[in-house]
Amino acid sequence: MSASRASRFNQRSLAPVLFLAPAILFFMFYVIFPIFQSMQISLYDWDGLGDKTFVGIDNYVELMDDEAFYTSLKNNVIWLVLYMLAIPAGLFIALFLNQTVFGMRLYKSLFFFPFVISQVVVGLVFTWFYDPSYGLLNVILGWFSLGPVTILGDETWVTYGIIFAGLWPQTAYCMILYITGLNAVDPEQIEAGRLDNAKGWNMLWYIILPQLKPATFIAIVVTVIGALRSFDLVSIMTAGGPWGSSRVLAYYMYEKAFSEYGFRMGYGAAIAVVLFLIMMIYITVFLVKMYRDEKGH
Amino acid sequence: MVTKFKTTIAALAASTILATSAFAGELVINTDTSDPAPKAAFEQLIADFEAANPGITVKWNLFDHEGYKTSIRNFLTADAPDLANWYAGNRMLPYVNAGLFEDVSDVWDDNGLNESLASAAGSMTIDGKKWGVPYTYYQWGVYYRKDIFEANSIEVPTNWDEFKAAGATLTEAGVTPITIGTKYLWTAGGVFDYLNLRTNGYEFHMALTKGEVEWTDPRVVDTMNNWKELIDAGFFLENHTSYSWQEALAPMVAGDAAMYVMGNFAVAPLREAGLSDDQLGFFQFPVINPDVPLAEEAPTDTLHIPANATNKEDARKFLAFLATADAQTKINETLGQLPIHKDATVGDDKFLQAGYAMLSSTDGGIAQFFDRDAPAEMAKIGMEGFQEFMVKPERLDAILARLEKTRQRVYK
Repeated sequence: MSASRASRFNQRSLAPVLFLAPAILFFMFYVIFPIFQSMQISLYDWDGLGDKTFVGIDNYVELMDDEAFYTSLKNNVIWLVLYMLAIPAGLFIALFLNQTVFGMRLYKSLFFFPFVISQVVVGLVFTWFYDPSYGLLNVILGWFSLGPVTILGDETWVTYGIIFAGLWPQTAYCMILYITGLNAVDPEQIEAGRLDNAKGWNMLWYIILPQLKPATFIAIVVTVIGALRSFDLVSIMTAGGPWGSSRVLAYYMYEKAFSEYGFRMGYGAAIAVVLFLIMMIYITVFLVKMYRDEKGH
Repeated sequence: MVTKFKTTIAALAASTILATSAFAGELVINTDTSDPAPKAAFEQLIADFEAANPGITVKWNLFDHEGYKTSIRNFLTADAPDLANWYAGNRMLPYVNAGLFEDVSDVWDDNGLNESLASAAGSMTIDGKKWGVPYTYYQWGVYYRKDIFEANSIEVPTNWDEFKAAGATLTEAGVTPITIGTKYLWTAGGVFDYLNLRTNGYEFHMALTKGEVEWTDPRVVDTMNNWKELIDAGFFLENHTSYSWQEALAPMVAGDAAMYVMGNFAVAPLREAGLSDDQLGFFQFPVINPDVPLAEEAPTDTLHIPANATNKEDARKFLAFLATADAQTKINETLGQLPIHKDATVGDDKFLQAGYAMLSSTDGGIAQFFDRDAPAEMAKIGMEGFQEFMVKPERLDAILARLEKTRQRVYK
């Protein structure tokens, strides 16, 4: 009797561990372990080929005195802030597309299209759009006898130019999240709102938006992640230029560690650690919120 | 049971070794010569080598340029081919220092390369040893639109004043004197190198790229001030930060720009774009300081044996073959570049002939290129500084101070 109880206890406690084990192993090996490995490498001077030399916190000291690092950090902040525009823009388009008109599926897929194509293609398309001599933007500006402007060749505009290109697919992503969310909005509540004379803005703010809260939460999550890993567009559109003024931390890390003129693994790892710490702030907020929500239910 | 297990393991290991290691007589070559002309040149070279050495089959892996720069680091350590192409000068230093390239001084000694390839011997030598065999190089200089020069009755400038006057005439005629695309930075490095070679000479160029001179040195400032004269006079294409070097060819083809400070590889795309040899010309970068002997830039491409190669014996045969006058004549005819072997014949092309004439009469010295003579990190930050200077010349002091800070760290 007591033996069978013990074995049932073992089954209960062992099964979850066993089921989780593969995931935990892979997570440890591919996520947790590399994080600590990066931290370790960031304390060395290493070109990826020869011997590692331990330099302590020298890489971090140098980073604190590196103009390029602060430029990248500043750009990261600009990215984080402006990328959030994708959320209201996505909501707006989702509301606009949430009607029953002939061919709406086609319109929806057209609006979703930029998210499906590769970021590299988005980057190239916008590079041509911005081209100072032949680009569409300057042709249009020319009609109003404005310009020409060199968006991607001017240190003041370049980051905004790239973010604008990035907003195109990101808006589509947020839009699809909201369209799904809108399908789940309770028609009875809308009906009730109508009876209470809620219209337009009030209807949106007090009735619709609260019901879209889960969609908004996911949209914020993916947009923050999108902004922090904004690497491909920078690489394709400007390669960090002109003179490094459009670099973001992810790109700077790549440049220092893996690009043609880089191969300072330790320094690259130090940048990665700083980027990780920035993300950690956000991840902590996210986890705390998740924990609270779970507890609340 | 245990023995059976052991034999299985042994068999498994043996088959793995068989699968990865090359068979005797097979020579593995990795190159990034993926553009049409270089690809054809290597195809020809390999076919000729196989014909001359029956019993050796060549396995050739072709990479794209950008990918090659990162993959070479992996394959040199992990899965080394028997030969790999790379560049002379400082660019090969990290691999030599890491012990990844084989010392091939014996190939040089046994085949008399010290005489026949003498012009490139210096750039192949580190610590008194030779680390590869050079097979081609090409001149840099000013490529220009002959017809535009003639239409504005401009003579080919030979000194600084004539050069500036030519620019002024062109600007007046509504033509941008020099086209350039600095998006990928190195083109600005070429302009800096020439201004610096003409202002301060070859010795100074080498001292600067070796980190022996401060970037805030008055001689560097002289170079930059000469550059500023051109910038202030509107010499360079507007919005050059947005263009790659290929995109910057367009204004020259369209006749909106008249000159391009470039390497000889620019000739092929310019011809393809429809410029005839009557429209296109080449001249040596004009004299700035008459007391400085003329030095030129001529980057050299090379072939190396990785230290971890399996078939070094045949690889040495291949290097010796590549170093012969015939092989160099043939490969460079297809490449449209200059052979290094002193007895090799230079192609009939007028730009090759002009380059050959210029380089063989150069007494000042032959530089590789800013990003090949300077260590990678210095090169990157330096060229970024040049790009910034071309747009914001007023920031000169800040830029030079930044370069100096980098110099103190990189070369310590």
